[in-house]
Amino acid sequence: MNHYETVFILTPVLSDNQMREAVDKFKSVLIQGGATITHEENWGLRKLAYPIQKKHTGFYNLLQFDAAPELIAVLETQYRRDERVIRFLTFHLDKYAYEYTEKRRNNRKEKSEQLPIDFVEIGQPYVADEIIDEEE
Amino acid sequence: MAEYYNKNNNSEIRYLTPSAVDLNKKKYCRFKKLGIKYIDYKDPDFLKKFLNEQGKLLPRRLTGTSLKFQRKVAQAVKRARHLALLPYVTDMMK
Repeated sequence: MNHYETVFILTPVLSDNQMREAVDKFKSVLIQGGATITHEENWGLRKLAYPIQKKHTGFYNLLQFDAAPELIAVLETQYRRDERVIRFLTFHLDKYAYEYTEKRRNNRKEKSEQLPIDFVEIGQPYVADEIIDEEE
Repeated sequence: MAEYYNKNNNSEIRYLTPSAVDLNKKKYCRFKKLGIKYIDYKDPDFLKKFLNEQGKLLPRRLTGTSLKFQRKVAQAVKRARHLALLPYVTDMMK
């Protein structure tokens, strides 16, 4: 088992539900291949630095997981077959990178723990729920 | 007349002995100094410190980065470009 992380960009034409569905699809590909997902991030709709397939924005998603190396090829063929994915990158985390990701995860957790309180005060607990979901 | 000589003298002094600030500024590798071991390709704002306005990598002689980390910076920048976090070519990035 190795540590990996993968970032993929989905087309901006998807609705929120469709986007979630696509992310779930790749998560299930990983889980079926015997991987355990350790961390998940959704960066939302971001502007691309240059147009890809004539699109200027995209939904960025990050997954960190532990898996056997054979699974990466399976995952990447799934990326290539899926028209919703416009760009992807899978990266093997060495020990320094893994330390960094743990630090980053904790930083984000601290931030999101502060966030829900703000949201509740404004009166949007619904949004806060979503953020907690992402952290799991 | 006196003023004219003063000006002349000042400019000559500056020319012959460059100011001490320039001499003492030794470049250092920020990764070695701060103990950073991994350069994240997902952080475009940090990587921008190593790029010029056209989005090209700055040479080591300007940033002072050691060879080991310059290679890692280059690798991270290339990954960020692939993910459209950084542009391949641009103008006026900063």
